[in-house]
Amino acid sequence: MIRSFRTLLIRDLKLAARVGGSGVMGLIFFLMIVTLIPFALGPDLNLLSRIGPAILWVAALLATLIGLDRLFQADQEDGSLDLLRLSHAPLEMVVLAKVVAYWLVTGLPLAVAAPLLGLLVALSPEGMLAMVATLLVGTPALTFIGAVGAALTSSLRRGGLILAILVVPFMIPTLIFGVSAANAAVGGTIPFMTPFLILAALSLIAAVVGTVGAAAALRSGE
Amino acid sequence: MQRGQGCESLRLSVNNLACERGERRIFQDVSFTLDPGEALVITGRNGAGKSSLLDILAGRLHPASGTILLEEAGERTLSESLHYVGHRDALKAALTAEENLSFARDFLGNPALKPREALEAVGLAHAARLPVAYLSAGQRRRVALARLLVAHRPLWLLDEPTSALDTASQENLRLLLENHRENGGMIVATTHSPLFLRDAKEIRIERSRSSAPTGESA
Repeated sequence: MIRSFRTLLIRDLKLAARVGGSGVMGLIFFLMIVTLIPFALGPDLNLLSRIGPAILWVAALLATLIGLDRLFQADQEDGSLDLLRLSHAPLEMVVLAKVVAYWLVTGLPLAVAAPLLGLLVALSPEGMLAMVATLLVGTPALTFIGAVGAALTSSLRRGGLILAILVVPFMIPTLIFGVSAANAAVGGTIPFMTPFLILAALSLIAAVVGTVGAAAALRSGE
Repeated sequence: MQRGQGCESLRLSVNNLACERGERRIFQDVSFTLDPGEALVITGRNGAGKSSLLDILAGRLHPASGTILLEEAGERTLSESLHYVGHRDALKAALTAEENLSFARDFLGNPALKPREALEAVGLAHAARLPVAYLSAGQRRRVALARLLVAHRPLWLLDEPTSALDTASQENLRLLLENHRENGGMIVATTHSPLFLRDAKEIRIERSRSSAPTGESA
């Protein structure tokens, strides 16, 4: 079972790295939003550093969404999903492997790139550190929630928009606590750990509900 | 060790299977049994439900009624005991033929032939390092069929396995199938052109009486 998990994880990472894979797409999209906003707002550094965490979090949410519709659809279209069902590993395991691979190529690079992009929105060093921490802990929640939507829309031809409409409302709590934790780190009335722990809890809940939910959606999908 | 893990006594019995898709009865009262070494060829017009029957056996669709029983399978479920090669090749175009097969080998468990050997068996050893995107339809089909050889599974479900294959490859496929049967395997295949399998059972699926006028379509 562990072997199947690892094999699938490696396959998806390989696919993401090949031509036409979704590897850097999310990161570039993230970069685009974060670079555009300072141009739109003008050179007000105080304003930028105040809304910086919010900009980075909204950009991370959108960057997570952008490749999500292909998460299961690509396997559905070429018949690989039928192959994945034939393993002795349960479908939940298949979903988990795919989502972890997806997070490694989209969520993780966002968190790692956050300090660089933090410069563009005039974040303080503590603010950058907090951004990395909150994105690292919070983006798994976004990916797992998105996976349920991806599974539900896997057999739709152009499911991207429906997917976004379905999952964005459920991503709002993650966004709220992610931004408030990042803000708390650079000053404010609440301690950093309070929203941060709730963010971690949201990720853990999403990991369970998302995995089981996406597997159930795939089972009933045919 | 990997050959015939308990599949000598494996027996597939299907009873009064019926299939509905979108409120329409596609077929009903399909029954057959399959013992080790036996092959079943399913024929029928386009849209008669041949692929749907394979989908039900593979666990992709739920039957409207009827039972499928795999006897003497031990711990394994039906879907863990079968290979399914459908119309869609289940190959990743960005990966090479060899990578596709080694993924299937590791993922499915019960490894049998190495990817290279399996590709040799379908006459594609030279294409092992090519991305599947560069292969022709017939070559892709052969890579998909090579998947049958990399993991040992007693029951093979093949949906029109000869489509897009040239005559030499069709003969090669026939030999692979006969070899699988000699080792105690079972085969269920849908087809329009004869597969020339030795004393294979055959069932013909017809549309249920409620739908569609009878009489051959052109």
